[in-house]
Amino acid sequence: MKSFAYLKPETTVAAADLLSEHDDAKILAGGMTLLPTMKQGLAAPAAIIDLSAVAALREIAFEEGALVVGAMARHYDVAVSVLVQTHIPGLALLAGQIGDPQVRHRGTIGGSVANNDPAADYPAAILALDATVVTTRRTVAADAFFVDMFETALEPGEIVTAFRIPVPDMAAYAKFRSPASRYALVGVFVARTAGKVRVAVTGAASSVFRALDVEAALQERFDPDALNRVSMDPSGLNSDIHSDRDYRANLVMVMARRAVAAALRNAGQGATKGQ
Amino acid sequence: MNMSKVVGIGASPKRKEDLRFVTGRGNYVADMRRPGMLYGAFLRSPHAHARLGAIDATAARAMPGVAAIYTGEDLKADNVGGLPVGWGIHGKDGNPMKEPPHPPIAHGKVRHVGDAVAFVVAESVEQARSAVEAIEVQYEVLPAVVGVVEALQAGAPAVHDEIPDNLCCDWELGDAAAVEAAFTDAAHIASIELVNNRLIGNPMEPRAAIGEYDFATGQHTLWTTSQFPHVVRFLMGEFVLHIPQHKLRVVAPDVGGGFGVKQFHYAEEAVVTWAAAKLGLPVKWVCERSEGFISDAHGRDHFTEADLALDESGKFLGLRVRTLANMGGYLSTFGPNIPTNLYAPLLSGVYRMPAIHCSVKVVFTNTVPVDAYRGAGRPEATFVLERLVDVAAIEMGIDKRAIRRLNMIPTEAYPYQTPVIVEYDSGDPMGCLDRAEKLADVEGFEQRRLESARRGKYRGLGLSTYVEACGLAPSRLAGSLGARGGLYESATVRVHPTGAVTVLIGTHNHGQGHETTFAQIVSDRLGVPFEDIDIVCGDTAKVQFGMGTYGSRSLVVGGAALSKAADKVILKGRKIAAHQLEADLGDIIFDAGEFSVAGTDRKKKFTEIAGAAYVPFDYPLETLEPGLEEQSFYDPVNFTYPGGAHFAEVEIDPDTGTVTLERYTAVDDVGTIINPMIVEGQLQGGIAQGVGQALFEHGVYDESSGQLLSGSFMDYCMPRADNFPSIIVAPHSTTCTHTPMGVKGCGECGTIGSPAAVINAVVDALQPLGITHVDMPATPNRIWNIIRNSRAALAAE
Repeated sequence: MKSFAYLKPETTVAAADLLSEHDDAKILAGGMTLLPTMKQGLAAPAAIIDLSAVAALREIAFEEGALVVGAMARHYDVAVSVLVQTHIPGLALLAGQIGDPQVRHRGTIGGSVANNDPAADYPAAILALDATVVTTRRTVAADAFFVDMFETALEPGEIVTAFRIPVPDMAAYAKFRSPASRYALVGVFVARTAGKVRVAVTGAASSVFRALDVEAALQERFDPDALNRVSMDPSGLNSDIHSDRDYRANLVMVMARRAVAAALRNAGQGATKGQ
Repeated sequence: MNMSKVVGIGASPKRKEDLRFVTGRGNYVADMRRPGMLYGAFLRSPHAHARLGAIDATAARAMPGVAAIYTGEDLKADNVGGLPVGWGIHGKDGNPMKEPPHPPIAHGKVRHVGDAVAFVVAESVEQARSAVEAIEVQYEVLPAVVGVVEALQAGAPAVHDEIPDNLCCDWELGDAAAVEAAFTDAAHIASIELVNNRLIGNPMEPRAAIGEYDFATGQHTLWTTSQFPHVVRFLMGEFVLHIPQHKLRVVAPDVGGGFGVKQFHYAEEAVVTWAAAKLGLPVKWVCERSEGFISDAHGRDHFTEADLALDESGKFLGLRVRTLANMGGYLSTFGPNIPTNLYAPLLSGVYRMPAIHCSVKVVFTNTVPVDAYRGAGRPEATFVLERLVDVAAIEMGIDKRAIRRLNMIPTEAYPYQTPVIVEYDSGDPMGCLDRAEKLADVEGFEQRRLESARRGKYRGLGLSTYVEACGLAPSRLAGSLGARGGLYESATVRVHPTGAVTVLIGTHNHGQGHETTFAQIVSDRLGVPFEDIDIVCGDTAKVQFGMGTYGSRSLVVGGAALSKAADKVILKGRKIAAHQLEADLGDIIFDAGEFSVAGTDRKKKFTEIAGAAYVPFDYPLETLEPGLEEQSFYDPVNFTYPGGAHFAEVEIDPDTGTVTLERYTAVDDVGTIINPMIVEGQLQGGIAQGVGQALFEHGVYDESSGQLLSGSFMDYCMPRADNFPSIIVAPHSTTCTHTPMGVKGCGECGTIGSPAAVINAVVDALQPLGITHVDMPATPNRIWNIIRNSRAALAAE
């Protein structure tokens, strides 16, 4: 690892200022991708701007029918948040299944979404839940945010600060882990929000994407069996030593059915809680 | 707990070594700092096969902290030799194997991704790594070949220019004519074609080495992560660096796991030792995990076709095996021995097999060298045989346990001479199977299968018996098979004047619990309290000599040497006691730490005799030297033959192809057990590694580029704790007839029995689809494809 300047601002404004002042600076959220990349010599930024002292970025709140999750909320924070568990239990469960305990106590939702790793879990939730990405400059709809592998709509100097996530009628995530890395070989997040179904798939292609045929079938009938005659087109999906395209296409459908079943279960439990 | 007591054979005390390990006080090479120490880093080839052109290190040399940069040409110019091979096998034509040079740093060509190209020494690791990146190498990239089948095809790239067909050796064992006759008479012939997947050992502690030179004494020292420091001293001193043995000390301190990966003499050991002498300062190299993937020797990697001839009742008539074994780009220390001498002699298994013929083509490819990995040849042999037996049973409609019982060697038939060199001294395979069948609740399996089926899952039960040859090895026999060194072991029992004991032993402890097991042997034999015994290993300056730890040999061969050295201590003690008690030697009995005159109450404690040996006033000085220290070198008369029966039970989710190991039961005959807790741990660990091979682990190379695709834990799947149910391990031991304590060894049993048991279970689960073979590892993708294709084929019928 090469030497670098280490900066630790205490406000978002100060962080944004530092980012514009320094050439070749990188934002450090949880560091779950950046630090290993630096250790391998694949990245060597001149300056690191660590957001961990910006307390406001770690907050989780409920405002006007939506969860507002700060970009620096750790996966563990989201997993154990009563607000998240109450309003979007599928999201809390997703957070509790990321990586391992060490990763969940360091990794952040903002880092995960801004990095847009093709096998990351959060992008599927953000896209399926039709969340809004809040940055230091603007808000971006999820559909416009994820561009391609490790590529988002973020502009140079722009920092993700929070996610505004509308509370869905029901939602759940199902993933099939790569046996080796335990990243999502395929992860499917299914959400029905105000009656509208959105299904996002991670791990299967170069970037998270919406499975429109699956959405259409579930819009008609929100039930695992509604997907029995739907199939996923394998062309365009990833192929590697762990999974060929056909297998990934199969996993998308299997995980979609499991996510729908889980969403129905989550909703059932929520209803029980409400009574 | 009062530790001031004898802890003997059969007890399970807590392991002596664990206090320092669990409190972080182990002493590993990577932890060590020597005064003035410099740090090294290797530039490794990014290409699988290339001719080396100019290496320009001008810019790198000028970088801060850089002390030196060495290339293969520098080593060659200084008369540094190639890495030697410990076994020289001969082909069926009588010619010796092809043994191309293996320079510690490549010159001329690089032959696998990871082949060392240059070595940088600097004041810090970071400086050394930065300088590595600044070295410019002209590579003329050549076509590469990574698979054994492809490497033998006409027109394949030649890994070594002087060996155009890539064939190291065309080896055979057995009676081809007898096998042909057996196949002519056969009522049924079962055939199989299989791959034994390449494995990467990944011990917890990556390799590391520090070289140091003392100008005052001319003494070289190498600290290294080795399973056999004396052998490294011999191979490196004699063949590579030409350092006299008495001027070279090799120390292997605490080592965090070996599994075979650390039982070879590696290039890095020679390079740091050589560079330290050049620079006059200690030089340290610590392997990165990802560097380990492309520089630690790999394991397995066979392609095999085999046929089993049976009569109409299912009795075995003959076995024919043709194997292609991958050696990688160079021959590692034991490389050519593993798929030949440690493979073919095990093909009789626990069965009466009247005729066997095995031919093995040992092949060079542009991959990391392949050598011994836990089990080494014997898991491969067991996998071929036990898969083939299942295929035969399926095809002939015979129950899989019944066909095994029909052919098993009954316990009264031991000693049993197989047609492939080895003679089993003892065993009870039928007893192992009977016991395993009960513990595995085979009777209840059909209920469990139906329950799985109700949930839409396939459930399968797999059985594998096995026998292994371990306790390597009888030197004369090994020599006749190509060994270039003896395979005895040595132990010294040093009794101090107080009666406390230090044992100096030539084996190496890197996780096996030797400090505990060997102390139990001494405590048992000499009646010395467990806490008063220390076991010292791993330092050529302390320990007389040793061949090290591998091939389940430490207890079998090293423990035997220890037992015999203890016998000598007792004999000398009896002589001292006879003098002091004024009795005939023949009347002196030693028992429970006391020397007594038979039939009297006259006696001397062990501590009193030890004291007298060092304060020899009342002592037979005319006929007996003072002191109480005895040494024994033990050369085994035969291999030992642990064996057993393993049942695996799996459930398969047809939606995802995921195989879940639901139950695992192992009944093993390991001979006399010194420490049941340690044996259970060894068996469980071995089983976990074997299951790893069957379900998860796979070293995969890209066929065209020769790049290692599974070059990190992101892509190389290690088994994890959550992949396992509780493993039932139960001994069913017969006593070895030729080792001093009746021990057989247990380090590799689990790894040998489990791959076939697991794959047989997977195949059994897929029986409704007509499947007879599944290659390892049985990954979700592979199983899903098999299920999909089989269902499609069945639907088309």
